[in-house]
Amino acid sequence: MLIIDKDACIGCGLCEDNCPFDAIAVVDGKAEVNDNCTLCGSCIEHCEVEALSIPRDESGAIDLSAWSGVWVYAEYRQGKLAQVSRELLGIGRTLADKRDTKLSAVLLCADAADVPQQLIAAGADQVYVVVDPALENFNDDSYGAALEDLARKYKPEVILAGATAIGRSFIPRVATSLNTGLTADCTQLAIGDDGHLHQTRPAFGGNIMATIMCPNHRPQMSTVRPMVFQAPEPDGSRTGEIIVEAIAADRLASRTRVVETVLTEGEQLNLAEAEVVIAGGRGLENEEGFSLVESLADVLGGAVGASRAAVDNGWITYPHQVGQTGKTVASKLYVACGISGAIQHVIGMKSSETIVAINRDQNAPIFDVADYCVVGDIFTLLPPLVDKLKERSGKE
Amino acid sequence: MNIVVCIKQVPDAKDVRLDPETNTLSREGVKSVINPYDRHALEEGVRLKEEYGGTVTVISMGPPQAQAILTEAISCGADEAFLVSDRAFAGADTLATTYTLAQAVAKAGKPDLVLCGKQATDGDTAQVGPGLAVRLDMPFVTCVKKVRTIAKDVLTLERMMDDGYDVLEVDLPALLTVVKEINTPRFPSLRGMRRARDYQITSLTAEDIGADSSRLGLGGSPTQVVSVFPPEKKGDRTMIEGSVAEQVDKLAEILFDSAFGA
Ligand SMILES: Cc1cc2nc3c(=O)[nH]c(=O)nc-3n(C[C@H](O)[C@H](O)[C@H](O)COP(=O)(O)OP(=O)(O)OC[C@H]3O[C@@H](n4cnc5c(N)ncnc54)[C@H](O)[C@@H]3O)c2cc1C
Ligand SMILES: Nc1ncnc2c1ncn2[C@@H]1O[C@H](COP(=O)(O)O)[C@@H](O)[C@H]1O
Repeated sequence: MLIIDKDACIGCGLCEDNCPFDAIAVVDGKAEVNDNCTLCGSCIEHCEVEALSIPRDESGAIDLSAWSGVWVYAEYRQGKLAQVSRELLGIGRTLADKRDTKLSAVLLCADAADVPQQLIAAGADQVYVVVDPALENFNDDSYGAALEDLARKYKPEVILAGATAIGRSFIPRVATSLNTGLTADCTQLAIGDDGHLHQTRPAFGGNIMATIMCPNHRPQMSTVRPMVFQAPEPDGSRTGEIIVEAIAADRLASRTRVVETVLTEGEQLNLAEAEVVIAGGRGLENEEGFSLVESLADVLGGAVGASRAAVDNGWITYPHQVGQTGKTVASKLYVACGISGAIQHVIGMKSSETIVAINRDQNAPIFDVADYCVVGDIFTLLPPLVDKLKERSGKE
Repeated sequence: MNIVVCIKQVPDAKDVRLDPETNTLSREGVKSVINPYDRHALEEGVRLKEEYGGTVTVISMGPPQAQAILTEAISCGADEAFLVSDRAFAGADTLATTYTLAQAVAKAGKPDLVLCGKQATDGDTAQVGPGLAVRLDMPFVTCVKKVRTIAKDVLTLERMMDDGYDVLEVDLPALLTVVKEINTPRFPSLRGMRRARDYQITSLTAEDIGADSSRLGLGGSPTQVVSVFPPEKKGDRTMIEGSVAEQVDKLAEILFDSAFGA
């Protein structure tokens, strides 16, 4: 419950203005809270007279000192180590150094090949490896039980995993089994002066950011958005320890079985990991128009994105859709061609580093999130632009 | 088949606007709706019921006004509806939410299949489905885009992956989270709307579901939100003006540098 000290409250309304949930209002000169309150604490931070508080029960806390080390789940599927796992070893290194502890990677697979060495080269001090035929294909039961058992045995203080289809599926299972907190889709991670992991993530489609902590439980767990952190340059001269672990067969038994894996065009096009995304919308008018976007993506070596309107019209397939009901991208460069910038689309692309928008309507909302705005006609601009870029990349 | 569908009330993203000055969420006049993914979960439940027989029970944990979405669910084909509502639930993170929902599901009967949306569009965590499955001791599959068949106690389905999709078999009882490709939700039928008008939603409090109060709400939540703030504002934007040729020149420069590094 949010406690309001009516004597201290001066009715200034700062809490009301800063409540993201419309849950607090000044009535007769005093703040009053309603059922919308999610106890997010925003009002407490903004109150200048300390009239607001949320009492917390700290009982049931565990012995935190028994947990140490930073772990990264190394996602390995179809013979490929996910790029986000390398990125996590980068930020993991920073966190481990700050905590003066070890950085470890956890690899679950049917055949480890040279992946442990790759993980060490990317910054891991240790690699825990479980090799078992039951881990051939990703399945939540076996992968979840394996990671859970390792965590119970070695007690890491932090576990990071990519916010990928795989990470967002089985990591919540592990967190629930370990009875600890999990923060989804983080975009910033830091160790605070209090020694805890401060996890920052977007909520409400990126319209607000929240910093979340898990102060009384261990491990502190996060899934982390791809393309946010820098992957370290591989250093083949690094050495590390490879620890081979076996997990009991009954724990690896799965109630789900993969019958078939179908790799679609999404294999070449992992939109979420693309550095350059060229996206088109209804403004392209038809399939032929849409091919302009494809040729621009071609010269820039980028992936093709689309608004829902373009997908619904059948100009391009659904895996290309960006937005609330499509993919979330955080590319270095995002070019929006003939996209109006509806909030559902913007949610999926606004954390890109550089956003260029081309639209003939100068009031299109896409311009509110763009770094470079071109008010103009795509059919006039794109063909010469593609030619120019071809010429340029031919020269260099 | 006994099907339970978990649905959540969220602010309608269509109405959510960014205040360009402060870059914060303006919630004025924002309607509350069924989480878009949960519509697809409900539709799938009703379809499977129509094909294989059984009942569809919808459950929502939320404030009293969340009963609006349960009524809507009844009009779209759900048979029974439970609102799990108590002030003690406020501030629940996903761990406390899955505990609460699991207690409520147990109260509502023994399901063969539990359906959730892939994620709720307010918190975007996608954690409640998997967590709930653990608590119900069920296998689960996330991001299901198609249920192919149900034969005996095995369900065959397709689940989205980042690089394509997997075809899976799952033993029932099981929990699935669904994406929007799985179906097109129907509109309420006239008969459904009539039934919804007279239907009495069952309300469940913390006591009704036999919950251990230390595991509920803020107190039962290991994660704590320590601050909420607007995202960093973008720097000033640049208008690219001039003749078409000039615009093309400038654009080529910017695209080349951003794509290949200056
Ligand atoms: C629950 C829900 C979920 C949704 N999820 C998504 C999602 O994930 N992704 C998504 O994209 N949308 C989503 N939408 C749809 C979204 O609301 C918009 O309808 C959609 O993004 C619009 O696509 P658009 O910008 O291509 O089309 P429009 O809004 O029609 O915009 C076309 C733009 O092109 C410009 N234009 C036209 N011709 C030219 C020209 N010759 N030169 C230059 N500019 C031109 C116009 O000025 C206009 O701004 C969702 C909607 C709902 C309700
Ligand atoms: N309070 C709730 N009541 C009922 N179902 C919920 C609730 N919260 C989450 N869910 C279900 O869990 C899914 C994932 O939600 P989330 O983990 O919050 O993104 C939703 O699509 C719902 O099906």
